[in-house]
Amino acid sequence: MNEGTTTSPASATQPLAQPATARPSPADAVAPRVAPPWRSALVVLAIGAAAWWALPEQLGLLTRIAIAALFVLSLDLVVGIAGLPTLGHAALFGAGAYAAAIFALRVHADPLLGLAVGVGAGALLAVLSGLFLVRYQGFTFLMLTVAVAQIVASLAQKARDWTGADDGLTGFTMQPLLGRFAFDLEGRTAALYAVAALAVGLYVARRIADSPFGLAVRGIHENRARMAALGTPVRRRLIAMYTLAGALAGAAGALSAQTNAIVGLDSLSFALSAEALVMLILGGAGRLYGALVGAAVFTLLHHTAASINPYHWLFVVGGVLMAVVIVPPDRAWAWLRRRLGGRT
Amino acid sequence: MLTLLSNVLIDGMAYGMVLFIIAVGLTVTLGLMRFVNLAHGAFAMIGGYAAALLTREAQWSFWLALPVALVATAALGALLEAVVLRHLYRRSELEQVLFTIGLAFFLIAATNALAGPQVQLIVLPPLLAQPVDLGFRTLPAQRLLVIAAGLVVAAAAAWIVARTRFGIWLRAAVDHPDTAATLGIPIRTVQCASFAVGAALAGLGGVLGAELMPLEPYYALKYLVLVLVVVAVGGMGSLVGSLAAALALGTVETASKYLASDWGSLFFFLAMALLLAWRPNGLLRR
Repeated sequence: MNEGTTTSPASATQPLAQPATARPSPADAVAPRVAPPWRSALVVLAIGAAAWWALPEQLGLLTRIAIAALFVLSLDLVVGIAGLPTLGHAALFGAGAYAAAIFALRVHADPLLGLAVGVGAGALLAVLSGLFLVRYQGFTFLMLTVAVAQIVASLAQKARDWTGADDGLTGFTMQPLLGRFAFDLEGRTAALYAVAALAVGLYVARRIADSPFGLAVRGIHENRARMAALGTPVRRRLIAMYTLAGALAGAAGALSAQTNAIVGLDSLSFALSAEALVMLILGGAGRLYGALVGAAVFTLLHHTAASINPYHWLFVVGGVLMAVVIVPPDRAWAWLRRRLGGRT
Repeated sequence: MLTLLSNVLIDGMAYGMVLFIIAVGLTVTLGLMRFVNLAHGAFAMIGGYAAALLTREAQWSFWLALPVALVATAALGALLEAVVLRHLYRRSELEQVLFTIGLAFFLIAATNALAGPQVQLIVLPPLLAQPVDLGFRTLPAQRLLVIAAGLVVAAAAAWIVARTRFGIWLRAAVDHPDTAATLGIPIRTVQCASFAVGAALAGLGGVLGAELMPLEPYYALKYLVLVLVVVAVGGMGSLVGSLAAALALGTVETASKYLASDWGSLFFFLAMALLLAWRPNGLLRR
């Protein structure tokens, strides 16, 4: 119907003035990384421990930040490294959360075993949905991830006997961590547990991202056709990356279930997927530490805005999101530095 | 059995038409202008709220409140486009997502602060509230208005895009903005006007669909997914595709509400996944 005298959109999106000679220069190639992969993990552990020691009233917030960071880290592997835009990442988080909770309720309440079950559930759902999803690209992929997440959420709502549906799944008590450290009411154990899990997750993600496999996935992100021509099995690599990300997201879900002692349908919701994506873009995608920064900033912002005014915290969050796009942080810093430099 | 079938078909058609009317604007901005506007659901919400407040608080007649609500939504859309959104057309998709979702959050908070968290009801005129006898069954006149409005919007949009000078300008501005501008087409006016019309239509969908999709502050995000699904399944930028997708998915959703309500939206999203798996670029890609 829209056919007519117009040219095709394909020729319109590529300006004709830019010939094929404008190739990316070889200097753009990813240089070998020098920092050892355990360093950033140790930094996270140190910051987490310091915060745990210095702010004993904010342990719940610290736990939430660590869990959100682990979840956004997993999202970064999919969005930032593999270049697959997803708005259905909550499905993997929720799968881990429900699996860990059901395992604690019906089989065994050991936290580390439950964490392993959550990891397995996230990876399983990721591999099953990945087999279907990676056949598609771009906006279609995005919408299919939404569909998968909504289907999982509908199934969770239907399986009331297993998930508790709208009431949420409660009634499980975790055994002490490593048989020793009980989960106390102030959340001291929970916070350290979450921070430690985040550090391990960051180490794993760093190793994955910098491995030859990770570089191949980055290559697929930049140019799918060229990687395929080089002999990389594109879909298999993407499924593998999606599965690894699913394992991390499942871990985050399991942590959330264990530390909160409740799992609700909101852990599968579109809002959670969207919030995680917002955190990732806020911190910067594709660099892993951006995921941590974004999760910390967003969760702190959410917390502060909600404590200032519990009804209108969305004002603050929405305003900050818009401001970040209009005035990018690096440009704001440059302006501030210039102003301060001019004065002295 | 036959009554059930006709119920499903008529209600499904009404639901699909509401989805289509809201989706028209997004089909144009997302499908044609490649601008990811996640705040589109907020326009539907604002239109609905304006109509609800005018009819209930100010006691206006529905027939007066409806055009005023649409004009207000269009003005807000045009203002936003002219002041900020146009600077984002050339930014990356992720930045557009971040900004428009921030805008949606902001508008949700604003509606919550101004009108409160409760569900808003639009006072319908007696003409629309009464049932109409169709011979084989009776149904609310409002349902018929929705279906008629959907058909009118579809026909008008098709005619404008394919036949009028504005439609030619729009297609030219979308396909090659620089060339279009060189040829003297006022592309800024065209972009702003299409955005405003899209916002107004979303507002119309919000007013007409208020019975099917209750108006509350989180409306903007809640039903955004459904509208995105319609655009994706219909094919980016294809109005006919959006109409087909909206009708098909609306019928599926209504049928599952009648027959298998405890499954939630499972069948809606299953149908969407199957349709997209079958035609990854949408039913009718431009």
